[in-house]
Amino acid sequence: MEGMTATVPRPSPARPALRALRDRVLRVAELVTTPVLPADYLDMFHPLRAGTDLRGRIEAVLPETPDAATIVIRPGADWQPHRPGQYVRIGIDVDGVRMWRAYSITSDLGRTDGCFTVTVKAIPDGRVSNHLVRRARPGTLVRLDQATGEFCLPEQRPAKALFVTAGSGITPVMGILRNHPELTDVVLVHSAPTADDVVFGAELRQMAAAGRIRLVEQHTDTAGMLDAAAIAALVPDLAERATWACGPVGMLEALEEHWAAAGMADRLYTERFRPTVLVTGEGGTVTFTENGTSLEADGATPILDAAEEAGVLMPSGCRMGICYGCVLPLREGAVRDLRTGEVTTAVPGDGVLVQTCISAAAGACHIDH
Amino acid sequence: MTVVQKKTDNPIAHLTADDVELLGKELDEIRQEVMDSRGESDARYIRRVIDVHRKIELGSRAVLLASGFPPAWVLGTIGLSVAKILENMEIGHNILHGQWDWMRDPKIHSTTWDWDMASPVEQWKHSHNELHHTYTNVIGKDNDLGYGIMRVDEDQPWTPMYLGQPLWSFINACFFEYGIAAYDLELGAVLAKKQTSDPEFRKRARAVLVKIGKQARKDYLVHPLLSGPNFFATLAANFTANIVRNLWSNSVILCGHFPEGVETFEKKSIEGETRGEWYLRQMLGSANISGSKAMHVLTGNLSHQIEHHLFPDLPSNRYAEIAPKIRDLFDRYGLNYHTAPLPRQVGSAWHKIIRLSLPNGWLQNTTARNLPSQLAKLWKMTTGEPKVRRRLIREQAALAAA
Ligand SMILES: Cc1cc2nc3c(=O)[nH]c(=O)nc-3n(C[C@H](O)[C@H](O)[C@H](O)COP(=O)(O)OP(=O)(O)OC[C@H]3O[C@@H](n4cnc5c(N)ncnc54)[C@H](O)[C@@H]3O)c2cc1C
Ligand code: FES
Repeated sequence: MEGMTATVPRPSPARPALRALRDRVLRVAELVTTPVLPADYLDMFHPLRAGTDLRGRIEAVLPETPDAATIVIRPGADWQPHRPGQYVRIGIDVDGVRMWRAYSITSDLGRTDGCFTVTVKAIPDGRVSNHLVRRARPGTLVRLDQATGEFCLPEQRPAKALFVTAGSGITPVMGILRNHPELTDVVLVHSAPTADDVVFGAELRQMAAAGRIRLVEQHTDTAGMLDAAAIAALVPDLAERATWACGPVGMLEALEEHWAAAGMADRLYTERFRPTVLVTGEGGTVTFTENGTSLEADGATPILDAAEEAGVLMPSGCRMGICYGCVLPLREGAVRDLRTGEVTTAVPGDGVLVQTCISAAAGACHIDH
Repeated sequence: MTVVQKKTDNPIAHLTADDVELLGKELDEIRQEVMDSRGESDARYIRRVIDVHRKIELGSRAVLLASGFPPAWVLGTIGLSVAKILENMEIGHNILHGQWDWMRDPKIHSTTWDWDMASPVEQWKHSHNELHHTYTNVIGKDNDLGYGIMRVDEDQPWTPMYLGQPLWSFINACFFEYGIAAYDLELGAVLAKKQTSDPEFRKRARAVLVKIGKQARKDYLVHPLLSGPNFFATLAANFTANIVRNLWSNSVILCGHFPEGVETFEKKSIEGETRGEWYLRQMLGSANISGSKAMHVLTGNLSHQIEHHLFPDLPSNRYAEIAPKIRDLFDRYGLNYHTAPLPRQVGSAWHKIIRLSLPNGWLQNTTARNLPSQLAKLWKMTTGEPKVRRRLIREQAALAAA
């Protein structure tokens, strides 16, 4: 995150003193507010203030396509500017239940209103995505984490870039295109079922018309899917381009294979929205040693999901195996990595760290939590 | 009252084992219906109650800064009492039951919540959620029945010591939160077995002292200090609010399991208990309070004690909704749905406390006319030779039975 430090305002010398004073006042206030914290009272009146849990307020929900919308969010005072291409984790109450999901930031860093945007595509039966696209209302408070992710341009900008996206995979790329006008030689190959399903369709076509990018739209309902070879044919100077790809798991795997075969694996950067589930097996009883909860989990459900379903508060992050925000020690028993099928076992006394978001029970297991 | 199994008119004798299992299934279905429909409006409810509580608490404490002015004292004390009642009952008790865990809000979760109460949450959750709710009304197992210091059943032998029971029950009610903390610590048993040096006990005792220290510092030092010249008036207001809250929660809890007619159970009767039988015990061992919506909220919906004991982890705002279904079930299975207004239930509970503080039958045998002779007998039962005492006790019981 070297790029980020430069954009964070340096605290002026007066700031630390002020902060120390504030902390002291809050500590005294805590003596009267115990057992709750002064912050809990302050949050009632100013949920977006500095020094509290990071929150955001939905300011607007702007439809993009029949099933996608851009959500404008005003973040709390502690929000730090993101790097284009990064994502933010949003915790929103859906039917009264707090759910966390990751969304790529699509806005222009130069916005003057202090807001950022994410763009969400509602997937069939998707709980959070449908809520955000169809039911979320301005004024709703959401929880946020700071932006994170490595799907960004390097400091040394590539002379030539290729972006390969499909469906909602356009989002991080839009975040990059909007913020890096210095990229002059850009090809974007984007797939969507129809022209109307292309998220940011108008803006992309305008960029193409203005000569900023070369846009290849593939409407898969009529023209079918593009495979890696077809992309190579469409982009003859592929080997000279640094490539960023984001889309369905199958597409990304095909690209990775092709680039590896061509010896260009280090020129391809990918962003996944969900893990590839390879193998599932038997489930088992998961017991959380500290909070005492025991639950039956099947062999296809990540322990994270099963535990949350049972009302256990779980640490989590990307929910797809990349950030390690969900790691907990496995004390005893076995879990299966849903991406590889690999089984990790622990004998009593062990504390093997496992990622609960991509691990399913493979028999009875005890997890410290 | 005697444990249900020893009663001549056993209220469950008419139910077959199949009936009881069927009853269990019906209850499971009612529970599932609520579980499946928990949603946004429930979440909004608990957040609103928390919000209202915090505003009342903040407002009352602000008003009490001027507690030297009598109307401010009265207003602030009433407000703070209501706030403390809300905080303990509808909010704290129910969150700590895990009724709101499904929201996955780390701020409103049984594993993170803390309350304005002497008992540390972990200890309370153990003695309340695990012991009381599992062993509801089982004599010798459920300490909520008299908290180990009271005579709660005719079958417990009477000794003169119990004559003090109404008095110490009242004192316990005034300082209920400390009573609860002591009882969650199992202080009585620890003292009796001289285990006060046990490191585990010491750790828990320290946690209680720390908790009490924080609460006391807030109510009896910092808030009064902030009131400046009104130091003592604010201290008195906070003390009063704590007593009001304690008396209220004690009354609500007495109403839940102690009114006349609520059944108790033998220890061995719960061996190998089925789910249906467990439900049945909760149904017979609890009593409801009827009244207004505000009363339900202020009791933390423990006015729906029967529903709460059947389903301790359903959101409290839904008990009222299932109450008619539960009542219908009681009717269909020929069981007594025990409900009455607050004054009646409190009166009934205290009547029982007084009755059981006296030898079996004494209160029943006493009229205005024979009062002097009954008192003389009570005196002898208290101070006489063991033989005389035993004879008189037997006599009173026999007279009442006749
Ligand atoms: C780093 C990162 C960035 C992301 N950025 C964006 C973004 O900018 N815009 C966006 O719309 N989404 C993005 N996502 C995906 C997003 O986080 C959610 O996974 C997605 O919105 C689905 O959540 P849901 O609650 O609606 O679906 P769930 O209720 O969780 O799932 C419903 C069903 O859909 C399946 N499913 C889950 N995710 C997907 C998916 N991505 N595609 C197809 N099926 C799926 C599930 O297996 C399940 O069967 C991103 C994910 C990651 C990890
Ligand atoms: S939540 Fe990110 S690795 Fe599991």
